[in-house]
Amino acid sequence: MSFDVPPDCRYQESHEWARQENGTVRLGITDFAQDELGDVVFVEVPGQGESIEQGEEFGVIESIKAVSDLYAPISGTIVSTNEELIDVPELVNEDPYGDGWMLEVEPADESELDALLSPEEYENQIA
Amino acid sequence: MTLRSPPIEHETKATDFGGWEMPVEFDSIRAEHEAVRERVGKFDVSHMGQITVSGSDAQRLMQRLTTNDVTALDPGEAQYAGITDEDGILLDDTVVYHLPESEGEYLFIPNAGHDEQMLDRWNRYREEWGLDATVTNRTTEYGMIAVQGPDAPNLLGDQTDVSLNKLGNFEVRTGMVAGADCLIARTGYTGEKGFEVLCPWDTTQQVWDALDCQPCGLGARDTLRLEMGFLLSGEEFHPEENPRNPYEAGIGFVVKLDTEFVGRDALEGVEAEGPEEKLVGIILRDRGIPRSGYTITSPDGEELGTITSGTMSPTLGEPIGLAYLPVEYVGDKHPVRVVIRDEPKKAHTRTTPFLS
Repeated sequence: MSFDVPPDCRYQESHEWARQENGTVRLGITDFAQDELGDVVFVEVPGQGESIEQGEEFGVIESIKAVSDLYAPISGTIVSTNEELIDVPELVNEDPYGDGWMLEVEPADESELDALLSPEEYENQIA
Repeated sequence: MTLRSPPIEHETKATDFGGWEMPVEFDSIRAEHEAVRERVGKFDVSHMGQITVSGSDAQRLMQRLTTNDVTALDPGEAQYAGITDEDGILLDDTVVYHLPESEGEYLFIPNAGHDEQMLDRWNRYREEWGLDATVTNRTTEYGMIAVQGPDAPNLLGDQTDVSLNKLGNFEVRTGMVAGADCLIARTGYTGEKGFEVLCPWDTTQQVWDALDCQPCGLGARDTLRLEMGFLLSGEEFHPEENPRNPYEAGIGFVVKLDTEFVGRDALEGVEAEGPEEKLVGIILRDRGIPRSGYTITSPDGEELGTITSGTMSPTLGEPIGLAYLPVEYVGDKHPVRVVIRDEPKKAHTRTTPFLS
């Protein structure tokens, strides 16, 4: 089985991705992670204005069969959350890098992204 | 320890279930669950045990080691039953078959990983009571496939010479399925119409392949049985970790106190006094999922019990669970809290089955 690992993201070993947008960073969980979890039914993340810290727990994702902690791939302040996931959590399964995104943050230090895995390195990890 | 492998090759992720390496999901739990509720799905349940009991005292031995009334079974009939110890504590739950065309021969189905223990138990009591019975563990002689869902009679009907429409609930027949000599029982664990097919081990793959429908794993098996409030051995009861009697577990209807069986006297006392706790359904009203081990409290924080199993119900779209609570919580709409990650979440009780 092969999993989608887009080239424009950086990755954390705990299977979260981060992607630079216009001055902000979007993040979510990877295709591999959503497949491991199976049917996602519930995502719990902090709200706008709250801070997250690289490598620290920032929320929880639940599928029918499992519950899993989410770890922040980058530090920063949350500028928006994906409201759609409240009613349609299965977007995480259907489009993990697109409509299934979780947070958009104002990064505290963009160079933190360099500490994350490159797409090639992440692909190696899940191979 | 080496895991036991089922007789079917599954190209999907597997997990240790009662010492067997069994598939968790094939496509997605939700897709498999919906297939069974709306159409039909198949499950490899070869991890279930099979023990046969024959000989002139076979009926007496079965009667004295299971809680239901085995004498009520004609050949070709089956019943659900508990297996209890001297204190009336559930060791396992099972289906007992009076084998068709074999007056006085029985087959019962212990849960995954319980076959050796039950074989020993049956042999020990047979010796102690001096009964004439032969007890044989046939767990690796039989594969077992459950075919469940509203279309199950059509799907299985196309593969067998048995008239399935004449097969009543909890009845069993011998017959050919996809060229294999099988036992077909109208039983299941999903709440849907359906059958369980016992096939000679080496023919299980061919029977599986002939049943052209959604393959389902243990994940969907669990969500389907939870919507019905059915017990899972090891979760809703466990002789050491969660010792429960059949009245607490809500299966008092399979305890026949007018028969002689191990645990009867203790259960007579429980029945007379009434249990202090009972298994009740829980529906969460806040967001979250009640999972095994989570604490349940009253709205003002008094600890009441623990979730034994829980999931997001794919059919209802609501988080559901089972828990033992004081009997005053039996019934609908008693407000409780489920503590999830240190947060009390609003929930209420619900009479099972969750699906009406």
